[in-house]
Amino acid sequence: MTYTPSEIMTVAAARALRNSDICFVGIGAPSAACNLARRTHAPDITLIYESGTIDTKPDILPLSIGDGELCDTALTTVPVAEMFRYWLQGERITVGFLGGAQIDRYANLNTTVVGRYEHPKVRLPGGGGAPEIAACCGEIFITMAMSKRAFVEKLDFVTSLGHGNGPGSREKLGLKTKGPTRVVTDLCVFEPDPATRELTVVSLHPGATREVVQAECAWPVRFAANLQETPPPTQSELAVLRDLHARTAKAHGSDA
Amino acid sequence: MAEFLSLPDAIAANVRDGDTVAMEGFTHLIPFAAAHEVIRQGRKHLKLIRMTPDLIYDQLIGMGAAEKLTFSWGGNPGVGSLYRLRDAVENGWPSPLALEEHSHAAMANAYDAGAANLPFAVFRGYRGVELTRVNPAIRSVTCPYTGEVLATVPAIRPDVTVIHALRADRDGNVLLEGIVGVQKEAVLAAKRSVVTVEEIVDDFGERNRNAVILPAWTVSTIAVVPGGAFPSYAQGYYRRANAFYKAWDAIAKERDTFTAWMKENVLARDASAFAAYAGRAS
Repeated sequence: MTYTPSEIMTVAAARALRNSDICFVGIGAPSAACNLARRTHAPDITLIYESGTIDTKPDILPLSIGDGELCDTALTTVPVAEMFRYWLQGERITVGFLGGAQIDRYANLNTTVVGRYEHPKVRLPGGGGAPEIAACCGEIFITMAMSKRAFVEKLDFVTSLGHGNGPGSREKLGLKTKGPTRVVTDLCVFEPDPATRELTVVSLHPGATREVVQAECAWPVRFAANLQETPPPTQSELAVLRDLHARTAKAHGSDA
Repeated sequence: MAEFLSLPDAIAANVRDGDTVAMEGFTHLIPFAAAHEVIRQGRKHLKLIRMTPDLIYDQLIGMGAAEKLTFSWGGNPGVGSLYRLRDAVENGWPSPLALEEHSHAAMANAYDAGAANLPFAVFRGYRGVELTRVNPAIRSVTCPYTGEVLATVPAIRPDVTVIHALRADRDGNVLLEGIVGVQKEAVLAAKRSVVTVEEIVDDFGERNRNAVILPAWTVSTIAVVPGGAFPSYAQGYYRRANAFYKAWDAIAKERDTFTAWMKENVLARDASAFAAYAGRAS
């Protein structure tokens, strides 16, 4: 069965989630991955969106983090201040799922500006929940498509903290959470090196090569000694994902 | 005690040039009709506060109503950019816009502190991130018990908060259900408030478990505007118009198409136009 780079990215990201996870979900690619996980190998995963919806089971992918679908299918919906105070700051979330416009080799993320903050070339949306999600969740998964504009040598702005400048950066700030443990792209999967904390390719998607990955990344990419190949999406994973997208497109197109 | 007024009278009585204004509603219950009335009344130099500026502030900013924006996430959710916000920040069109940028956690805590009549909010936040460099309002305090350094932000105390709610009863008590966001905090933190509602009822009837009730004596003014949250939504009444959020991308991308849309759909109309979107979900 053929599949697109975006599909294998979503599938590989979904596989990272465990059935026991309490997951803080970002919108877009993270949301697709989390809901795919819930409909395949992780039916009991608890999905939380920052709008306050806890243990939500949407039938379609929400366009925003606060679609009615999320509240209708949630175990409970709490006020937004409570979400950030009791649930996120309370460190009750096992994994946060983020995306970004720029990432560096230590998995720090920028979603704020391209160019200088004071006179930006492109004003991006900003951090939203990300600064505290990145600090307070047990660990962080990131999913982003690769390109040299996105995988950069130096971020224009540090919106949320990954591994800072390397070993000890998080600890110096008093953080006990793990930070980014996996970055899933359309070409490969990165994990931070245990010693240097630098993102290292641990798995190449079928058809991707070291050269292709390097061509889309602005820093010299490191590859793990025991580099793996990502198992391709199964027929059932693809069927569930496509069905989810089809139902979503139908719902979002018809309610104007 | 809450006073029932028409929307034009409610806005005229509460929103003045130069005011600090919070229009809240976290994706759900965004007070679009009230914002359109603010635009029609030509308010200027507003210092706008909102966690997610959304289309509502894209419209106010693009029409030149704002001089400052305090916010934490300024995109069109799931779609992309807010082009009018970007044009103001990147090019100063139609006028320059000062930014005070926070994280969601900071804004939510700042509303909470405002409602609690505290001068600032304290939380575990902003660790290792660059907003602390560009926003001088982000400071810190040392915990007197543990010595831990914690982030602080000033409490949000708007001159006026504007929200859309589901219903009011005849005494002026206000009900919200579903995703309730930070509206309770935003109203309690403000000097004045304008609440638009889908309908007025004799009795709220059966309430959702997470129902938020604002007693009449905490609200300044109520205006009945059915459909007033469109293209956002009102739980149990009408759904979020995701197709409109997608269509906004093309409308707002260019100044001409934006201005033409605002003239036709905001300046040339009144709040009754929102009634077309109203109605109880079956």
